Amino acid sequence: MTETDPILHFEDVRYRWPGRASFGLNIPDLRVARSETVLLLGESGAGKSTLLSLICGTVLAESGRVLVAGQNIAALSAGRRDRFRAEQIGLIFQQFNLLPFASVQDNILLPLRFAPNRRKRVTDMPAEAKRLCIDLGLPQDVLSAKAGALSVGQQQRVAAARALIGTPPMIIADEPTSSLDAATQATFLELLFAQSRAHGTTLLMVSHDARLSSQFDRVIHMADIAKTDRERA
Amino acid sequence: MILRLALGSLIARALTVSMTILAIALSVALFLGVEKIRTGAKASFADTISGTDLIVGARSGSVQLLLYSVFRIGNATNNLTWQSYQDIAARPQVDWIVPISLGDSHRQFRVMGTTPAFFERYKYRSGQSLAVQDGAIMDDLFDTVLGADVAATLGYKIGDPIVVSHGLASFSQHKDQPFRVSGILEKTGTPVDRTVIVSLRAIEAIHVDWQSGAQRPGQSTPADVIRNMDLEPQAVSAALVGVKSRLQVFGLQRSINEYPQEPLLAILPGVALQELWQIVGIAETALIAVSAMVVVTALIGMMATIFSSLNERRREMAIFRAMGARPRVVLALLVLEAMLMAALGAILGLAFLYVGLLIGQPLIDSAFGLWLPIEPVTLREIWVLVGVVVAGAIVSMVPALRAYRMSLADGMMVKI
Repeated sequence: MTETDPILHFEDVRYRWPGRASFGLNIPDLRVARSETVLLLGESGAGKSTLLSLICGTVLAESGRVLVAGQNIAALSAGRRDRFRAEQIGLIFQQFNLLPFASVQDNILLPLRFAPNRRKRVTDMPAEAKRLCIDLGLPQDVLSAKAGALSVGQQQRVAAARALIGTPPMIIADEPTSSLDAATQATFLELLFAQSRAHGTTLLMVSHDARLSSQFDRVIHMADIAKTDRERA
Repeated sequence: MILRLALGSLIARALTVSMTILAIALSVALFLGVEKIRTGAKASFADTISGTDLIVGARSGSVQLLLYSVFRIGNATNNLTWQSYQDIAARPQVDWIVPISLGDSHRQFRVMGTTPAFFERYKYRSGQSLAVQDGAIMDDLFDTVLGADVAATLGYKIGDPIVVSHGLASFSQHKDQPFRVSGILEKTGTPVDRTVIVSLRAIEAIHVDWQSGAQRPGQSTPADVIRNMDLEPQAVSAALVGVKSRLQVFGLQRSINEYPQEPLLAILPGVALQELWQIVGIAETALIAVSAMVVVTALIGMMATIFSSLNERRREMAIFRAMGARPRVVLALLVLEAMLMAALGAILGLAFLYVGLLIGQPLIDSAFGLWLPIEPVTLREIWVLVGVVVAGAIVSMVPALRAYRMSLADGMMVKI
């Protein structure tokens, strides 16, 4: 794979969820370049979560190819797919998805446990966790605190630190600001952009909030790239 | 880190987890406790008599002879004549011999006639001798020495008079010849504690006016007259025998068992105890099986707890998957948690056992005469604990496999 090749490439991908009233998604072509920041806009039910599941390899396309960093996800075994995801993708969720009983440091370092190459890039793991916390505007002593004890804004920053640690080539953020108020939302995005740009990380953010469009290199509408259909029971 | 996270997850569900651990701990304590009581009872029985090579009595069963002569349980079917007793005592292989005469009682306690040699020769718990706690052993014909439990239960002290009843649970009393408490023995944890000991001559003395189990009407020989009478017994219930050389035990046993003058039985106490354990072995096995079932029940309870927590933990599992954990990591995490719970339960159960032993040891000893030694953890107990942890891992596989399938289906997109 060369530097000019896209980090993410969908080639005529078709997928249908199993079930009676199943939902199908068809993405003929989608490319995201390295270091690009992309906002993926779409209404509820437009297939955003399905698209993310296809990128992460938790579901596999029925036809077509999903290439992440040049690797066809479907060509990997289940185990290697899990590890590949841990190595290549940092995930930020709408509901943060932190382990509330674990410390902030353990939450941030968790992906490194399953991604040896990301781990190699971090020489001093606690120091790196601390640096990320400071860069994301979290207090220094937050590392030992339980994640569940933090405020909503702080939890989202911890989730961002977890996605950023070990500098994965791509960050996927699934509506990460929907739980935040306007002021916290702006600060969070500012910090996230600063971090991803500093490390040349690709950022693919899924949202239904078009007001964020101006902050991204490119805006993609689900309706423009994907066709959906629902089978009636 | 995974171990720390597993621990953190357990702590986050502290109430249900602690209840599960408590159930496992109590079941383990029960299982090990039953085992301790079983081995303690065995040791206590075995320790009841030590240093006696043979017990001789009228021919019956070896367990029966052991039970009535040593444990004061049941009765002799027949007696050993004094002539045979003397004949055995005169054998060159015999180092010492102590007669035992049973049949009478005082309140709920057995009365045993014997000679002063009993206090010297009777050994228990690896060769310990009887010791007088208060007073002295019998000096006068109508002196009696009480076992520790007799004195404690009936509140007797030195000098108190006691009247012996004829036979067991009888209303006839030897009230014309009352005894005086001359000594109280220290506690031994053996049936001696529950025995009223008098001299062999005294047994004859209180029966001077008796015939065929009843006092001759109007006959009451004064004690001073009895003291001057020839009180050689006609028969005794049994005799404890020590031989000069262990090599002679079997030879002497065989010759007594083939004694031509009367049908006698000589038993080795250890062998008779083994027979006794074989008899109670089925009950013992049943007891162990029941306590093992309690452990199994506790482990199934743990499985149910893990099952019920699966739904609320789907997000936790999805987070692990999103971070790159394979489904088998989720499976391993649940098995690890179950093993942690089982291990904590097992260790806590062991702690409960030792605390229970510390508190219960003197109570059980005084109530049942059963001495439960507090010893370091045995290899067998360690294996039991390991077994509980392994069994915990095995039963946790059922919910863990379900979690595995759930995490495959959910992937990382669970929104709960």
